[in-house]
Amino acid sequence: MSDWRPSASQERLAARAALTQQIRHFFHTRDVMEVETPLLCQGTVPDPGIEIFSVPMQDADSPDRYLQTSPEFAMKRLLASGSGDIFQIAKAFRQEEQGRHHNPEFTLLEWYRLGWDHVALMSEVASLVGDALGCDGWQIWPYRALFIEILGVDPFAEEVDAIFLLGVAQAKLGSVPDGLDRDALLDMLMSHCIEPAIRDWGIVFVTDFPLSQAALARTIEVANTAVAARFECYVAGRELANGYWEQSDPVALATQLDAENGRRRQRGLPERPVDERLLAAQRQGLPDCAGVALGIDRLLAMQVSADALTEVISFDWTRA
Amino acid sequence: MANFSTNEFKPGLKVMLDSEPCSILENEFVKPGKGQAFNRVKLRNLKSGRVWERTFKSGDTLEGADVMDIDLEYSYTDGEFWYFMDPSSYEQYGADRDAVGESEKWLKEQERYEITLYNGSPLAVTPPNFIELEITETDPGLKGDTAQGGSKPATLATGAVVRVPLFITEGEVIRIDTRTGEYVSRASKS
Repeated sequence: MSDWRPSASQERLAARAALTQQIRHFFHTRDVMEVETPLLCQGTVPDPGIEIFSVPMQDADSPDRYLQTSPEFAMKRLLASGSGDIFQIAKAFRQEEQGRHHNPEFTLLEWYRLGWDHVALMSEVASLVGDALGCDGWQIWPYRALFIEILGVDPFAEEVDAIFLLGVAQAKLGSVPDGLDRDALLDMLMSHCIEPAIRDWGIVFVTDFPLSQAALARTIEVANTAVAARFECYVAGRELANGYWEQSDPVALATQLDAENGRRRQRGLPERPVDERLLAAQRQGLPDCAGVALGIDRLLAMQVSADALTEVISFDWTRA
Repeated sequence: MANFSTNEFKPGLKVMLDSEPCSILENEFVKPGKGQAFNRVKLRNLKSGRVWERTFKSGDTLEGADVMDIDLEYSYTDGEFWYFMDPSSYEQYGADRDAVGESEKWLKEQERYEITLYNGSPLAVTPPNFIELEITETDPGLKGDTAQGGSKPATLATGAVVRVPLFITEGEVIRIDTRTGEYVSRASKS
């Protein structure tokens, strides 16, 4: 058996150590406190796009626990309890996500800034990513403008429904899998057409998402259109970070989580229980803040020009 | 046959797509931020040899294809079928023109070929990477004529025409790379 050896070389493991140290220094100089939160939790996310790991407990009466898909909920509970600005370098787990740019167990850098909006946070993400990759300059593209620029399609227009988008996807890509709803078709156009098209654009922030893709971002008005105050950071056409101007209204948040469960029902997936501790914390009051999660493995892979995440992870999924 | 899910699509897996047997070449998992996960898959259609690129929703399944590769010895042709034999069981398989395809020009009796069977009958014939064949016809060496880059056409026992160096003569046995159709060397004397 030869796969007892790491999947990453010594140089890359050293580069990982240096990057982690660089990140800690970045936040230390900016007075952002490092925190640690549990990995095995009683609540999880209803997001229909994320498959979770459930862990059965020995005591048959205790419900399963969930390996965290991100430290978001626990960190928001810290924020609600008065932590101030915080960051965390944490393991996160998403089942079924395995490939060149995915490992089911991966490392996330997540941080929150009090009193900031998503635009201010994008600028901080750009400094951190720019430092790590040795590049400067970045651009912001509203989701709508990017779709119009690359595909000539306005994703906010009323006539652009699922049937219309199916036609666009078929024209651009030939075959399209059956049973994709409107958002899944937008996702397909994003990953198959737009990501390759922005490969040479450097650091790109896509922002102002359709409300159906708001996740836990708040809603804002831009040019008389309601959009989600959410951003995705792309480098070389690859997604690196996802951030929100956080939804602090507890009623709106509960509605958004219900809507995600609604999408699960539509796709024939079982609903997931809503995390009551998160809702209680939000009722107590989440301070006005912006937060972002950034994939450390992907950032490192870009820094050292690795083709696949396995080359920057000590023991990838097949060797773990 | 069993069904395979997108996360089992490994290179070399044989599956049915649009009622055609295909071999998986590549499988890339793509997933935008918070959204729908997809698998972009490259497959070779084992009948036509064409490469197809398809996108599947992660978790979609395809039926496995009853395809296997075996090594058989070439025996003879009756013009319609090319017959190959399993040297241990003496079982014979007849491959039609579609299955033999380009490999026809490299068919030599008693040589071993890789035969791809689909539902028990030959779908494709793959020659060994290197094969030794006799030259049946070529011009005598042209002295001093370097205008052709030092090579000339030669017809082999199978009918294939390859370019050989000027010093090679009729009746010699040469070694060919069947993947490129290029001359490699004079055959080693055995």
